[in-house]
Amino acid sequence: MRFPGFLKASARRTAAGKSAVALSLLGMTLLAGCASAEQSTTTTGSDSGSTTFKPVKQDDTSQITVWADSTRLPSVQAYQKSHPTVKMNIVTYDGGADGSTYLQTKVQLFDRTGSGWPDVVFGSPTDVTWAAEPTAPSTIPFAAPLDQNLVPQQTLDGFAKGSLSPCQINGHTYCMRNDIAQVVLWYNKSLMDKWGYQVPTTWQQYQELGQKVAKEHPGYLVGSVGDTNSQESYFWASQCPAFNLVQPNNLRVNLADGNCTRMSNLLDSLISEKAVTTQGFFSQGFAKNSGSKVLMAYGPSWYGQYLFNTAFKTPAGQIAVAPPLTWPGETTPSTGNVGGGVWMVSSHSANLKASTDLATWLTTSNDNQASAPTYPAYAPAAKVWLANPENQKYFAADVSDVFQQAADEVWTGWSNTKFSDATAWSSVVLPALTAGKSLTETLPAWQAAISDEAKAEGYTVTNQ
Amino acid sequence: MTVLETRHVVESPSRRATARREGGLAGYLFVAGYAILLLAFGVFPTCYAFYLALTNDKGQFTGLNQFVKVAGDYRFVPAFTNVLIYLVMWLVVLVVLTVLVAVILRSRMRPRVSAVFRFLFYIPGALAGVASVLVWLFMLDPDVSPASWLLNSLGFHSFAAVLAPGDLPVIFVLIAFWTGAGGWIVVMYGALNNIPDEVLEAARMDGAGPWRTAWHIQIPMIKQWIIYMVILAFAAGTQLFIEPQLLQTASLGRISPTWSPNQLAYVFAFQQGDFNGAAAVSVFLLAIGLVCASLLVARSKMFTLDEK
Repeated sequence: MRFPGFLKASARRTAAGKSAVALSLLGMTLLAGCASAEQSTTTTGSDSGSTTFKPVKQDDTSQITVWADSTRLPSVQAYQKSHPTVKMNIVTYDGGADGSTYLQTKVQLFDRTGSGWPDVVFGSPTDVTWAAEPTAPSTIPFAAPLDQNLVPQQTLDGFAKGSLSPCQINGHTYCMRNDIAQVVLWYNKSLMDKWGYQVPTTWQQYQELGQKVAKEHPGYLVGSVGDTNSQESYFWASQCPAFNLVQPNNLRVNLADGNCTRMSNLLDSLISEKAVTTQGFFSQGFAKNSGSKVLMAYGPSWYGQYLFNTAFKTPAGQIAVAPPLTWPGETTPSTGNVGGGVWMVSSHSANLKASTDLATWLTTSNDNQASAPTYPAYAPAAKVWLANPENQKYFAADVSDVFQQAADEVWTGWSNTKFSDATAWSSVVLPALTAGKSLTETLPAWQAAISDEAKAEGYTVTNQ
Repeated sequence: MTVLETRHVVESPSRRATARREGGLAGYLFVAGYAILLLAFGVFPTCYAFYLALTNDKGQFTGLNQFVKVAGDYRFVPAFTNVLIYLVMWLVVLVVLTVLVAVILRSRMRPRVSAVFRFLFYIPGALAGVASVLVWLFMLDPDVSPASWLLNSLGFHSFAAVLAPGDLPVIFVLIAFWTGAGGWIVVMYGALNNIPDEVLEAARMDGAGPWRTAWHIQIPMIKQWIIYMVILAFAAGTQLFIEPQLLQTASLGRISPTWSPNQLAYVFAFQQGDFNGAAAVSVFLLAIGLVCASLLVARSKMFTLDEK
């Protein structure tokens, strides 16, 4: 509704134009003595580790606001049911999936207005990187340091090896990991048996089988690279230094490394044979058009329930799981990790007791985790989860050994950075693949995009 | 013709001006509601943006450093290039098609039929921006689109293929035209209606056919309205935000989150917590909008008659 402003303003506008010119000239002359435009908070590895956390005035009966994604909503509701005295306001949001920055956007605003923060949130590991640091000079980090008198060290020690590393920043633990999403090899056992195929154990066998499938059963697929998280399944598992923090603020991005090109070459050959698709498993229409033609999928532990059962509606008793694949010369494989949410407690919460109790219950209690939709990060709960027949009955064979083994084999060189590893992959690599370019020839563009993002977030970037 | 038109317009503003002055307090009261809102939500935020753009997050004066910083950002040039390509396409399509349609509706159609068409053209404009993007999300997805045969025959077999980076300006022009052009067609039609019948009759008697009349008489006489439309469409176009933002989410990130300058400002503010940098981007947009509008106004002498 700017009509009147435009119509009346021509005279004013010339005046404004003149004053703008004057102002900018003034600015130019003052430029030499001006303060820096760089943000004072972008420097990584700040000294917040040394300061102790001071909670706001506590009220153990006050209401707590919980933000959860739709997958974890039933867990939060279950807590409310079993703890009816706790006053809770439950809000559903996207949970930081697919590189969403919703939570960060909102917290930036709450930090400016000084109110409105949720007490407990479900988020992605990426969210922890910004939540552990102040968003502006006058603010405190959004996430409360849970190791400071909130959660007993004994509880924190119970999480699977390395699963809390995304939570640990500046020497403190800012979140509790809800689930691990270790990457494994999924396959349709019924089809493999029917066609007499051996389940591969090395990448070379995987490639050979893919080429065989392309010839003998055209249309069937051994994988997809078209999802927002496919890079975590493949390039993370290949130990490609794409997001490798060598120091807290020094990121190594070297996609020309042999560990990256061995994977891109392998995938390119399978893409050209049409055994691996560039359409995402989770893209519109894939389940309907090709869901029944997925023979193998290299992906996270939640693929079983979410991809095969829910999205593809593959009947129970067909899908099985195999350990991560190895490269020549490797005795134990390394694998990737796709997601795995975290629970954070707000440092602004007026009811830290209830908030912490909720976050602890959600991540560690058998009541919740035994029937959780994803593989628990808390080791004792993971045992109970695997023992729960409900979590196993869909599969053609027991998944326990593979899941437990793969959980310990997640490569630690793919770091949790302040920016999502999905953005560059989705907006640069995937459109190029759709346009028919090969992965290998897109690696330089991907590297440039990651490096640019990293620099904008204040990292020093090494491309060696 | 020109003589006729000028005389008519010169007389009226002076008469109107005196009449208004006699209104006393009532005039101010009527203006007050709008003026207060304009100050609160238009002028104050603009001033605040200037303040932010000239300082850093500690409140220190930074001169032009914020502008230098954002202009040097790797996302700055692509975002402004994207929106420039979009604007050129959008403005050309808008001007050519709305004027053409308005002329046809005015001169080549029975009034009843013309009224029905104007209504039909206007309907999509009644949808809010978000809703119209959602409509297009369905229209452009070969899996669910009612026009999937068309998409398939153009070689688009998946939503991802439709969203190739080069196609994006075209998609945004489609959405913008679909939602925005109807209103402008009605406005242009109204402007054409203002042309006195005797002028058109004189042209007809001089032997001008319908197209000559349109080209030499109708379009020149609604030139100011066209300029006015271009200025407003330009201002709205540089602020492109909802369309790329929604498409970015719906396509699971296949579009850069900083496709348009407004999105870049959004990322600066809410992802990097850099409200000062965001303000600098928005001041850039304001400056570009003002410069282009002033050029158009000055070149077209749009307001000269009113201000005499």
